[in-house]
Amino acid sequence: MSSPQLAAIAGAVHSWDVSTGVDGPGTRFVVFLGGCPLRCLYCQNPDTWRMRRAQRTDLETLWTIVSGYTRFIRVAGGGLTVSGGEPLLQPAFAEALLVRAREAGLHTALDTSGVLGDRAGDRLLDATSLVLLDIKSGDPDTFRRVTGGDLAPTLRFGRRLAERDVPMWIRFVLVPGLTDAPANVDAVARHAASLSTVERVEVLPFHRLGAEKYAALGLRFPLARTPPPDAALLERVRGQFRDRGLTVY
Amino acid sequence: MTTLDAWRGFVGDSWRHRIDVAAFIRQNYTHYEGDCAFLTGPTERTTALWDGLGPLFAEERRRGVYDVDTRTPSSITSHGPGYIDRERELIVGLQTDAPLRRSIMPNGGIRMVESGLAAYGYTLDPRVKQTFTEYRKTHNDGVFDAYPEAVRKARRSHIVTGLPDAYGRGRIIGDYRRVPLYGVDHLIAERLADKDRLDEFPSSPTVIRDREELAEQVRALGELKRMADGYGYDVSGPATTGQEAIQWLYFAYLAAAKEQNGAAMSLGRTATFLDIYLQRDIAEERLTEQRAQELVDDLVIKLRIIRFLRTPEYDQLFSGDPTWVTEALGGMGRDGRTLVTRTTFRFLQTLYDLGPAPEPNLTVLWSPALPEGFKRFCAQVSLDTSAVQYENDELLRPAYGADTAIACCVSAMRVGRDMQFFGARANVAKALLYAINGGRDEITGEQVAPVTAPVGGEVLDYDEVVAAFERTLDWLVATYVDALNVIHYMHDKYAYERLEMALHDYPVHRFMATGIAGLSVAVDSLSAIKYATVKVLRDETGLAVDYGVEGDFPCYGNHDDRADAIAVWLVEAFMDRVRRQPTYRGAEPTLSVLTITSNVVYGKHTGNTPDGRRAGEPFAPGANPGNGRDRHGLVASALSVAKLPYESARDGISLTSTITPGGLGRTREEQVTNLAGVLDGYTDAGGYHMNVNVLDRAVLQDAMAHPERYPQLTIRVSGYAVNFVRLTPEQQRDVISRTFHGSL
Repeated sequence: MSSPQLAAIAGAVHSWDVSTGVDGPGTRFVVFLGGCPLRCLYCQNPDTWRMRRAQRTDLETLWTIVSGYTRFIRVAGGGLTVSGGEPLLQPAFAEALLVRAREAGLHTALDTSGVLGDRAGDRLLDATSLVLLDIKSGDPDTFRRVTGGDLAPTLRFGRRLAERDVPMWIRFVLVPGLTDAPANVDAVARHAASLSTVERVEVLPFHRLGAEKYAALGLRFPLARTPPPDAALLERVRGQFRDRGLTVY
Repeated sequence: MTTLDAWRGFVGDSWRHRIDVAAFIRQNYTHYEGDCAFLTGPTERTTALWDGLGPLFAEERRRGVYDVDTRTPSSITSHGPGYIDRERELIVGLQTDAPLRRSIMPNGGIRMVESGLAAYGYTLDPRVKQTFTEYRKTHNDGVFDAYPEAVRKARRSHIVTGLPDAYGRGRIIGDYRRVPLYGVDHLIAERLADKDRLDEFPSSPTVIRDREELAEQVRALGELKRMADGYGYDVSGPATTGQEAIQWLYFAYLAAAKEQNGAAMSLGRTATFLDIYLQRDIAEERLTEQRAQELVDDLVIKLRIIRFLRTPEYDQLFSGDPTWVTEALGGMGRDGRTLVTRTTFRFLQTLYDLGPAPEPNLTVLWSPALPEGFKRFCAQVSLDTSAVQYENDELLRPAYGADTAIACCVSAMRVGRDMQFFGARANVAKALLYAINGGRDEITGEQVAPVTAPVGGEVLDYDEVVAAFERTLDWLVATYVDALNVIHYMHDKYAYERLEMALHDYPVHRFMATGIAGLSVAVDSLSAIKYATVKVLRDETGLAVDYGVEGDFPCYGNHDDRADAIAVWLVEAFMDRVRRQPTYRGAEPTLSVLTITSNVVYGKHTGNTPDGRRAGEPFAPGANPGNGRDRHGLVASALSVAKLPYESARDGISLTSTITPGGLGRTREEQVTNLAGVLDGYTDAGGYHMNVNVLDRAVLQDAMAHPERYPQLTIRVSGYAVNFVRLTPEQQRDVISRTFHGSL
């Protein structure tokens, strides 16, 4: 691979953050790429939907920022996560970033919905230590209602990752009255259980902390009145995953 | 018991011939690399003793103080023995004849005593008042006899605040370990020998003062023996068992606390020293683990009920009634072995046995080289209690050696070898406004600093502002250190710490510890002037009273060198000026970036600033980035702070961080691993200090509404911890408004 070529690559970067314990193991530099083909009803980051809201940033500039953290991350334990938006909307840039991080000796993670999984080349997957795969629903109709897109590509991507031996953390956002139907949850659980490289499932309770972002963008937040799941519901859903032999958080 | 040889089984020689506790520890301690599995919980006895204090604490919270002796100025021997529960106590000794009963210490200043009493509905005994107004002068009176007008003005306008000119300066750590190791008679003999050697010098003012101080130290050591005797203990010889070692050490500390109402009355670095005695007893089968933990629990109970009478004004600066009984734990030895022992764990375990509490101020000296078991236990204790602070052993050890303790929050000293003259702090944010206004105060319009040309024009020019700021700093630092020289001359004269200084080497090394507040406000203001457009709004007298900012500017706290370099520059610019001042007794000048909780008061007395902060808004505490201005999470924020040069801030750089539990990981196991990792990373990056709070904002909001449900809720503020419910509502709101690093 030729580095000058990689350095010239640019992507639409919405923002970046350094977080601990939430976007993969340890302390991580998280790059949020701009643009997403889905319009999930519960999305907490509507500001990442459109690529043109993001800043055009070349890899070298971005890496200058990342390199300010690589030593800390190595000592503290952690890595780099490419998130979004939907990072596979910019597969070349995502790949360049993951390759660069891998070359720097960092653990790498890709946080994706999988709907554009077909766009991820083998080279990208080779440079990825872990995929955080967000399965938004197990029932195709529910999936469409929640996201506006198709379920099949996500399932296909999960199988491809398992075949390539790429470790996965499955994420599922639990929204009362939207994604909580037992059959819908069970379909996700069944799929997750069928993938040999799934290390854990994270059931993320829906919250409304993104509501302000909708207001700021002049958009209507469709779930403004939906409550977060209560403890009983959360436990039932986690139990559904546990019953399939999965490690659940 | 008394027939035991106190030094049986101890090895090494150098510490026997001269007082050298560090050498004794090095040659005799057993480091511990395991985990916390060996620890035992509280016994029924411990729980009963601690619970017996519960109603007294509740009463104290309700009234502000539990009780005061208004008639007896405190001294080492002023009060006879007092007990919490004589049947149950394993370690004895109280400041007065009853627990939580505070004493008066008029040597610092009689007005402070009077207003402290009045605030809680008490009246000073008239004979005491007469004594300390007609017959005996106080430190406070001395200082105000000698302050020059420039200092008075600076003080009145709050550009320097919190000076220890009306209260005990504190921040002096006696080497309390010397009492158990050597016994008081040996220490008296050594001190008399020091004094005899001075007979060979002509009686210059310096020599006379030293002879008098040494004589006072000997007198104080004699009083320590008498105080212990009242409890039925003879401390003239060394301690022979673990129980005696803890008791001797505590008596020494107690005597200091009976003599001085110091702002910070820190304990030092005692755990590893005490471990040698406890492990010897365990090896000799005279002590069980359970009993060893009980002894440590009992010591900590005593340290938790140290009380001083203070005024509401003082509490505004240092809220929550802190005493800073700081104990430095852990760290590495110079031979590469860790200084962590089982007793280091036992000290931390008290936060479980007795529940969380702000005191003693448990301070872990962190190094990535610490054993994993200890790191994980520390992280776990932080997650559970938010009661621990961390300081960088990799900076401390090269600078001060392996027997370093922390006074107050972040002030490092070699135990028994260094002392410091505490200097509170100067407000650099206000100094920037003075620079813009030609030395006039932005709130009163009064000319406080010497007249200089105000920065003109509608839009502030960075170079012009910096040049004016440097001139203001010249004046500020000179005036500030001048005040400190007066204060410490008078403190030595009228409120000398006889016992604490008896437990130091002679001669002692002294630091002149200056400090700054408002770093992030000054830095962000300069960054706004440099990278955005800052327009000045002036009142009819030409005074700049507000600023309009157009455009974006980088803020300190985002690991962005454009802003962080300004912070580095400001710390160095201040310290360079401090170095140029003459200091009382040739003290070595140092600087801290620490506000304690005075960030609220400083903010209250500072007008609108060019970074967009409104007049009266609190500053961020210590070296913290501005509230809400660190937008890339805890690590970016911490790495900005880590850039501040320790060489120019050798008295410490304080960072207070609050993380939500979910912001550290999904499982407890992960949270422990990740917090330990963050501390490793921060230490490796050169960060000096971190207060770690692991809390949800909702908990604090609930505690504000229902304080009675949270009597032991402890949070770290700025170098110390407080009971959250004992903060003023204003300070509670300030804490809640700070950045909580979590995840959405």
